[in-house]
Amino acid sequence: MPATDIIPSMNLETLPRHRRATVDTIDWSQLATPEARRLRELGFDQGVAVEVLHRARLGGGPIACRIGRMTVALRRAVAATISVSVDPLPAE
Amino acid sequence: MEMPPLVAMVGNPNAGKSALFNALTGARQKVGNYPGVTVERHSGRLALDDGRPVELVDLPGAYSLDPASPDERVTRNVVTGAQAGERLPDALVVVVDASNLDNHLRFALQLIALGLPVVVALNMVDLAERDGLVLDPAVLEAELGVAVIPTVAVRRRGIEQLRAQLTALVGATSGAMRALRPSDGSIDDDIVTLQRRARAIAAAATISETPVRRWNHTLDAVALHPLVGPVLLVALLFIMFQAVFSWSEAPIGWIEDGFTAIDGAVKAAMPDGFLRSLLTDGVIAGVGAVVVFLPQILILFLFILVLEASGYMVRAAFLMDRLMSQVGLSGRAFIPLLSSFACAVPGIMATRTVEDEKDRLTTILIAPLMTCSARLPVYTIIIGAFIPARQVLPFVGLQGLVLLGLYLMGIVGAFVAALLLRRTVTKGESSGFMMEMPKYQMPRLRDIAIGLWSRAWIFLKRAGTTIALTTVILWALLSFPQAPAGRSQAEYSVAGRIATGLEVIVRPIGFNHDIALALIPAMAAREVAVAAIGTVYAIDHTDDAAGEQSLVERLRGRWSLPTALAFLMWFVFAPQCISTIAVTRRETNGWRWPAFMVGYLFATAYVMAGITYWAAVFAGL
Repeated sequence: MPATDIIPSMNLETLPRHRRATVDTIDWSQLATPEARRLRELGFDQGVAVEVLHRARLGGGPIACRIGRMTVALRRAVAATISVSVDPLPAE
Repeated sequence: MEMPPLVAMVGNPNAGKSALFNALTGARQKVGNYPGVTVERHSGRLALDDGRPVELVDLPGAYSLDPASPDERVTRNVVTGAQAGERLPDALVVVVDASNLDNHLRFALQLIALGLPVVVALNMVDLAERDGLVLDPAVLEAELGVAVIPTVAVRRRGIEQLRAQLTALVGATSGAMRALRPSDGSIDDDIVTLQRRARAIAAAATISETPVRRWNHTLDAVALHPLVGPVLLVALLFIMFQAVFSWSEAPIGWIEDGFTAIDGAVKAAMPDGFLRSLLTDGVIAGVGAVVVFLPQILILFLFILVLEASGYMVRAAFLMDRLMSQVGLSGRAFIPLLSSFACAVPGIMATRTVEDEKDRLTTILIAPLMTCSARLPVYTIIIGAFIPARQVLPFVGLQGLVLLGLYLMGIVGAFVAALLLRRTVTKGESSGFMMEMPKYQMPRLRDIAIGLWSRAWIFLKRAGTTIALTTVILWALLSFPQAPAGRSQAEYSVAGRIATGLEVIVRPIGFNHDIALALIPAMAAREVAVAAIGTVYAIDHTDDAAGEQSLVERLRGRWSLPTALAFLMWFVFAPQCISTIAVTRRETNGWRWPAFMVGYLFATAYVMAGITYWAAVFAGL
């Protein structure tokens, strides 16, 4: 069965590189107020396109991701609070 | 006399505000300070189309009116009329990055809602077009309700139209300011609502859009690669430090020759006596010992400014973040700490961009441990006098290794200090690291030159005032009262007696009276220690053999190797710099933290020098 396959829900920390995704929800309870505010100001919101670009080190180190048209660096702990739904791959 | 109207430039960071500011004001700009805070105030003059002058102010970049750092607080205060010493602006130029409307429009909407006359500069449209993004400014105008002018600041496109629009805006409206919505937590809803509205407007104004071009991504694939990235960073740092040493040799020689010439001229023109001694041994020697560092500081800052302007610095901070987070710092602290290798004074000022208070404080407290250029003459002379010039490995000499070891000692010390401070005095949650990574850009020569000039000026002003004054005071302490024949001036003078007192404290770590005496003027600036040691010997000997060559011989004769090593270790840690203490007081708004910094650094210097001395003695050196 094609496109109705269950699309796994992941968070920004586990999202594989270069897989286009959309921001779902953000677990604000895990974030300190200044961090939360900065996250919003950088454009993280439900429905915004997101993509992981670079990881600093295999395990540990921050992540660079594209949010909208901007590139942003985040620590993994913060990335883990952002759940995303992966866009389905374009049909062959 | 009436003051000209005030126009403020506001916008997100990385929107190209400063380039636009430079384009509008040309060379007629100056840098000052906002009263009570340590944020810089950049202002300039602009003549409107009808000849009226306005004062243009470039406000610090901010993401919203809810401030996260002292910089952002100033921006918020200025546009709401709450900033001490600044009037409410008569108009705002809101600068947005055409490639990032989603984000930049949110702040623009907040600013427009304040009710001041606004013109929006849609900046960097050329970069947007190159990236495949075509916008319709008319749609933006309709949605925002204010004039929108496309600009390319670096090519001066749109400047005339912007000026024309300002001519129409300034002084024309008498609009009452709409009340700023109170930030009582409902600001969060506002941000989300504004963000969605911003995104909707951006979408409406986009005529055509292709996916974001990949070349930035390719550069980052190299710069941020898990293996190549750190190697590239280390290579760049190595090149940087290497250049600092080799490129500065010639200019240092010129400056030294210049001061020698001045010294000679004064000696020839004036009769022997106190005034002449004050000028030559006091002011010229003291100030000269400091100004000679200008080349090294400028070269290091040249690299730092170029790397920052190109956008690479953020990538360097990204790579360093893992290491820094392990000692409780943020990758953002990398830039101030790197600057501190030139001089801790601008390094400490650069901590203004660090948002978390505890993080910023910790960075300030460890900045003096970065081996600043002022330590180099002390290291050079002691290493030259006491460490044999032996080759340890091909291309690696013992002297070079000791120098490298001293650098590393400072860095390791800083990390250990950060770790301990974060657990005790500046305890707090581990600060985050969240940064926008701007596109790579070609650094603009003119902006770099302006940045270098302002740093050179700050440094020379410091040399001309604080250090000159302190050197004169210390010269006086050393020269009076005059010792009767047969008694050593170095012991008889006021400074000498202070040194005798200090000697009691520092004798256990291997320091002698000469060292205790030299440390006093070295409080003005570290590099003065060398001049001071020279002066100590010169003042007691009428033969004018105070050149470095004989200074080295004198040192070898009077100091033991363990003493020399302990002296080196002392200089790694000791806060021998009044300027650093002064800037720490300014940046932390009080004496508490500078006092703490001085205390813990002297204590560490004492302990470490002591350990070095006794270890060297027991090792039979």
